[in-house]
Amino acid sequence: MTASQHQSGIQPARLDPDTLAQNFDDVQPPLDGHEAAVAADRCYFCHDAPCITACPTDIDIPLFIRQIATGTPDAAARTIFEQNILGGMCARVCPTEQLCEEACVREAAEGKPVEIGRLQRFATDTLMARGDHPFTRAEPTGKTIAVIGAGPAGLACAHRLAMHGHDVVIHDARPKPGGLNEYGIAAYKTVANFAQAEVDWLMKIGGITLEHNSALGRDITLEALQSGYDAVFLGIGLGGVNALGLEGDDKSGVRPATDFIAELRQADDLTTVPVGRHVVVIGGGMTAIDAGVQSKLLGAQDVTIVYRRGKSAMSASGHEQDHAAQNGVRILHNAAPVKLHGNGKIDAVEFAYTEATEQGLTLSEETFTLPADQVFTAIGQTLATDAGLTLERGKIAVTGAGRTSLSDVWAGGDCATGGDDLTVTAVAEGRDAAEDIHATLMKGA
Amino acid sequence: MADLRTDFVGIKSPNPFWLASAPPTDKEYNVRRAFEAGWGGVVWKTLGSEGPPVVNVNGPRYGAIWGADRRLLGLNNIELITDRPLEVNLREMKTIKRDFPDRALIASIMVPCEEEAWRAILPHVEDTGADGIELNFGCPHGMSERGMGAAVGQVPEYIEMVTRWCKQYTRMPVIVKLTPNITDIRYPARAAHAGGADAVSLINTISSITSVNLDDFSPEPSIDGKGSHGGYCGPAVKPIALNMVAEIARDAETRGLPISGIGGVTTWRDAAEFIALGCGNVQVCTAAMTYGFKIVQEMISGLSNYMDQKGYAGIEDFRGRAVPNVTDWQYLNLNYVTKARINQDDCIKCGRCYAACEDTSHQAISMSEDRVFDVIDEECVACNLCVNVCPVENCITMERLPAGTVDPRTGRTVSDTPSNWTEHPNNPSNVAAE
Ligand SMILES: Cc1cc2nc3c(=O)[nH]c(=O)nc-3n(C[C@H](O)[C@H](O)[C@H](O)COP(=O)(O)OP(=O)(O)OC[C@H]3O[C@@H](n4cnc5c(N)ncnc54)[C@H](O)[C@@H]3O)c2cc1C
Ligand SMILES: Cc1cc2nc3c(=O)[nH]c(=O)nc-3n(C[C@H](O)[C@H](O)[C@H](O)COP(=O)(O)O)c2cc1C
Ligand code: SF4
Repeated sequence: MTASQHQSGIQPARLDPDTLAQNFDDVQPPLDGHEAAVAADRCYFCHDAPCITACPTDIDIPLFIRQIATGTPDAAARTIFEQNILGGMCARVCPTEQLCEEACVREAAEGKPVEIGRLQRFATDTLMARGDHPFTRAEPTGKTIAVIGAGPAGLACAHRLAMHGHDVVIHDARPKPGGLNEYGIAAYKTVANFAQAEVDWLMKIGGITLEHNSALGRDITLEALQSGYDAVFLGIGLGGVNALGLEGDDKSGVRPATDFIAELRQADDLTTVPVGRHVVVIGGGMTAIDAGVQSKLLGAQDVTIVYRRGKSAMSASGHEQDHAAQNGVRILHNAAPVKLHGNGKIDAVEFAYTEATEQGLTLSEETFTLPADQVFTAIGQTLATDAGLTLERGKIAVTGAGRTSLSDVWAGGDCATGGDDLTVTAVAEGRDAAEDIHATLMKGA
Repeated sequence: MADLRTDFVGIKSPNPFWLASAPPTDKEYNVRRAFEAGWGGVVWKTLGSEGPPVVNVNGPRYGAIWGADRRLLGLNNIELITDRPLEVNLREMKTIKRDFPDRALIASIMVPCEEEAWRAILPHVEDTGADGIELNFGCPHGMSERGMGAAVGQVPEYIEMVTRWCKQYTRMPVIVKLTPNITDIRYPARAAHAGGADAVSLINTISSITSVNLDDFSPEPSIDGKGSHGGYCGPAVKPIALNMVAEIARDAETRGLPISGIGGVTTWRDAAEFIALGCGNVQVCTAAMTYGFKIVQEMISGLSNYMDQKGYAGIEDFRGRAVPNVTDWQYLNLNYVTKARINQDDCIKCGRCYAACEDTSHQAISMSEDRVFDVIDEECVACNLCVNVCPVENCITMERLPAGTVDPRTGRTVSDTPSNWTEHPNNPSNVAAE
């Protein structure tokens, strides 16, 4: 039996299974061969192409697109994977409208960039569908490196180290590898269990062992890792979340958006995932958008994202804001929560209007209230363990290619300073740290 | 990984992609960057005799033909041979050969059609350490008015004579670059062969006028209101080049003569086609001029990808494979009967096949009220025009009628024994025993 969208409280199965399946289907279906040929044909093969500069992993985009255009998608995939071993996931999740496609000269000329992300998916899917792994390992070096965290940063680092002939042991606190690829990214961006398929394919390089349920700070210490391995890479992401800091934020029905998303991503059956009738999401980033859109797709009657600053200050891109709007999610700007109402259980959120002044945001006297039987907080994630390393603005301080305050410890991805919190940035940082670890360990060898 | 190395008349290069003699190879700065980008060899921009170099026009040198979206399909130029002093070119060539010993360096030469002129320049070229020379008998504009380039290339006797001189005065391999501005390419190729050429390279550019300005009535590129024919190259000339290469590859007199394929090579596939028709390597000009030196990376990855897929370890494994399949029309199998087939699921109902067949072919496609297009087997001569005008790839295909079935157009049963025009009853000189 399906609950209606109008039923109050947090309920599973607000929509029938077919509608749910449709709602969570591939948000941007793959290009077929002809579409890819037409899309590839639009690339001008620019000199010193701005799209390459805009890609955090510096993929040679004109080259791979030309390789698609000339009928060699495998060669195209290789060009991508040489720079970005998670090129398959990045093709699905990168905010290309802020990266390569924003830089595309056709964006400037016609407002319609070459569809780089979709072409990347076409190439990587073609190669991955066959299951073979395009790289081989160098001669064994006899060195072993511990990588903590099997998210994009850790995986990219481990793969590059394995390619150089090192052995790698990855420790991850969670039962499954992939990091936010598995537990965070919106379901409709990475359908058909792609995150796990990608990890399996990546591991085919060999030389990488994965230790599940092994958490730094809980099961292992940094000192033990330092003495047990030749080097350590930390790619532990941001495991904690910021709290609202308002009275009543422990009311039932209030939870971090990331928890909700992880639950949704892990559900085998979407009809079992409960969602509120009136959902309020507090925040202005990708997490807020994903929580809002997915609540709506699960069948919430109305979903409102409330952000305390203006539209342009949102870290979610215009494209993502549009995506939310298209799915019927309302976004309110310049309002901040002041009070959570409800008797044990949340039933409404009271907001004040904000104004940006020299002193920071000020709150208006006037307030308004939104009904809410579920509230998701998406106001930032935090480092869950510092492992005794020097921090900077709440993240592990790094210089160069992920060098931390300890000479045999590197860090990259969301947990470290520098770069945006994006999958592709994590991949770039993991890869570059691996190169630096390799260079350091092999010095004089 | 396939091995792309080639040995062309004793000249080794890491891959079969050479830059043709043209602006991309006009100076050390370019060639150095080209080699850094991965090109296997270069044929240096054509050298002239010692003394004051030629001068080029000071207005535009190029005209072009574009496809949709301004894709450059054909390029026309009125540039002459190098306009830099011979000594400077020779000095730079020497430096390049020293710095890139594993790449092929060929000197292209065009001097007056006199023995002394050729004898004089060859030792200087040899001095640079160049791996070979290419005789430019191809340039169709400017130089030909002075009795060089295509003016030599159009007279087989001259080709033979000059080739002989070169073979006599240098130990370097001699490649003769042919002009396509001739009715039968076999004659100049045979002449080069007779003169002792180690190889031929073709094609040079095709005489052309790309367009006429309809306001001032000047041909383009316009130099102060006047234009001169130029040399056409780029993707548009590839079919012409392929045919000429094939003619030489299968000619009884020149069969086996090494060929360097030139003309419209833009992707790995173009190169593979030239190689399949017997070429030992390819030369590229327009693609590099359109997209930059980096284009060679796609050519290299694409060719090795193709070879890996086919299981070819080296270039020789498939070189010339298509040559035996190039034949005269009269030997084509007339018992190979096909019909067009329209895949209704793929059809987008544009009606282009109908217009083409109804208006200009054999009225063999029917159109229903609701725009369903079907082939009428009784009328279809299997010309393939509908396939070529259909915007959807593989929507219309040509399917062979199996032996034993009746072709509804002719009423004849399809035979599985091949039979060609030489055996056909309508052929007045039919030699087959009935
Ligand atoms: C909801 C949401 C949606 C997002 N959507 C996008 C998107 O569409 N596009 C995009 O580019 N980016 C997106 N991001 C950001 C992106 O997911 C991250 O930037 C990226 O995953 C960072 O990679 P990472 O490897 O640094 O960390 P993570 O992906 O967080 O991986 C860290 C790994 O470390 C493990 N770990 C943590 N602590 C420990 C410990 N103490 N011991 C052992 N293991 C530990 C975790 O289990 C995890 O596997 C999104 C983020 C969120 C939260
Ligand atoms: C601007 C220009 C200048 C050229 N100059 C020469 C030359 O000096 N010597 C020569 O042998 N061929 C010359 N060519 C011809 C090229 O080497 C080549 O044969 C021809 O362009 C066909 O190849 P493509 O289709 O790859 O361009 C020139 C071509 C161009 C476009
Ligand atoms: S390419 Fe343009 S800028 Fe360069 S020389 Fe020619 S006309 Fe001048």
